[in-house]
Amino acid sequence: MRTRSRIHRPASAPRFWIVLAAAGALFFLLPLLGLLTRTPWAALPTLLVSDVVGDALRLSLFASVSATAIASVLGLPLGWMLARVEFPGRGLVRGAVTLPLILPPVVGGAVLLFALGRRGLIGGPLAEVTGLVLPFSIWGVVIATTFVSMPFLVITVEGALRAMDRRYEDAAATLGAGPWTVMRRVTLPLIAPSLLSGVVLTWARAFGEFGATITFAGNLQGRTQTLPLAVYVALERERDAAVAISLLMVVVSLVVLVLLRDRWWRAS
Amino acid sequence: MSSSFLPRLALCLSPLVACCADEPADDDGGAPGSKAEVVVSAAASLTDAFAEIQAVFEASHPDIEIILNLAGSATLSAQILEGAPVDVFASADAANMELVASTEELMGEPRLFAGNALKIVVPPRNPAAVRGLGDFAREDLLLGLCRREVPCGRLAREVLAREGVSVSIDTAEPDVRALLTKVASGELDAAITYATDAFAAGEDVDAVDIPAEENVVTRYPIAVLARTRHPTSARTFVDFVLSPRGEEILERNGFLAP
Repeated sequence: MRTRSRIHRPASAPRFWIVLAAAGALFFLLPLLGLLTRTPWAALPTLLVSDVVGDALRLSLFASVSATAIASVLGLPLGWMLARVEFPGRGLVRGAVTLPLILPPVVGGAVLLFALGRRGLIGGPLAEVTGLVLPFSIWGVVIATTFVSMPFLVITVEGALRAMDRRYEDAAATLGAGPWTVMRRVTLPLIAPSLLSGVVLTWARAFGEFGATITFAGNLQGRTQTLPLAVYVALERERDAAVAISLLMVVVSLVVLVLLRDRWWRAS
Repeated sequence: MSSSFLPRLALCLSPLVACCADEPADDDGGAPGSKAEVVVSAAASLTDAFAEIQAVFEASHPDIEIILNLAGSATLSAQILEGAPVDVFASADAANMELVASTEELMGEPRLFAGNALKIVVPPRNPAAVRGLGDFAREDLLLGLCRREVPCGRLAREVLAREGVSVSIDTAEPDVRALLTKVASGELDAAITYATDAFAAGEDVDAVDIPAEENVVTRYPIAVLARTRHPTSARTFVDFVLSPRGEEILERNGFLAP
């Protein structure tokens, strides 16, 4: 990708177009403003250094990064298979992958219990043979989070692969490159921007995950209580703490999203 | 009181409104035949009893429609303090009612309408052989309580602390129904809920009694919020809950007398 920049004429748009775009942007900026007006700025440092927030931040970062890693390792090949290989039941698999996007996360957590809970389809034998019980553990959080966030990666990868010009891959193969070389040297670099955006979306969804986590993994400070769960618990009794944690989540997310986005946009 | 008294007085003086009739119509003075919608925020532990009360009440009061808003008492009080359009608040503890009363005007004093005690619930046939409160210190079991902000969580921690149990729990569930579901599905070996919840779960769970001297009884207060748009209908409903008929339904669902 050596052609770094093309020259574009500055975009011009009809005025009503700009008004609609501004209304759209306001829709997202206003709630943020609402959060800022409710923020207890003076008490913020004390609210944020509490054990509860520290534990929750640590768990949230661990779970969201682990989920993103698992989603990448499994989701990239899965997205590739869905885009490139005609296999029986492909539509069914694609539908199943999309399911967590549609299911209420609480239901997602419940179906995970049916499958991986202590009395579940897989979870039952697993607990009997190895003694490993997933619910109420950090691994339960990682699994619940991966379940709801991985679809973003699979769908982004599949879309990018379908939109890609396959002649580059064909040319590489004709010149004697093996499948793995083609994948590594041609396919992945071509879809890198989409892949990165998929990874970031996956992480963002994982970082904010609530419903599946509380249903599948429960809620215990220091073990399974991630930031969204801590916000939920604090919201009713310690409003200021809840607002402070929400602000922390917004800041962490914005830093990640804005920094990464700027990086990959410049790079592509 | 004064804020709601004047409009009510005005209604009584109006010859068009039969204020003193047995079955008052929409107290807004709305169109005849339109139903007064009374929003009742009730503690999650009241789910089954209030569904039954609602059915019986609506059958005998065709001009009043009860809308049940069921959640943990802490959620309900937070909703009310945020200005949710609620007419009646039935709390599972005094603390949440006091919280509401501290910033919201109530129509009269809250009245106690039911009592509840705690019970240990276990999956059917009690696979982990849980016998009492002492088992909540066992680290080899998967144990759950409600989170401490809701009454069932606060009370359970209270009785455990009183018995000197160093609690080793694996989850603090948002409300009592969520907790019960995890016991019924066998994910938890034991949990502490209200006796009524153990009762409502029927065969899904088994119950282990907590001796009376270790147990605690919580009393449920109910009150009409002064901001209600249907004061008469709301009061009619509260009176029904407190009536012998209401008490009978509550008792049938495992509640104690207040």
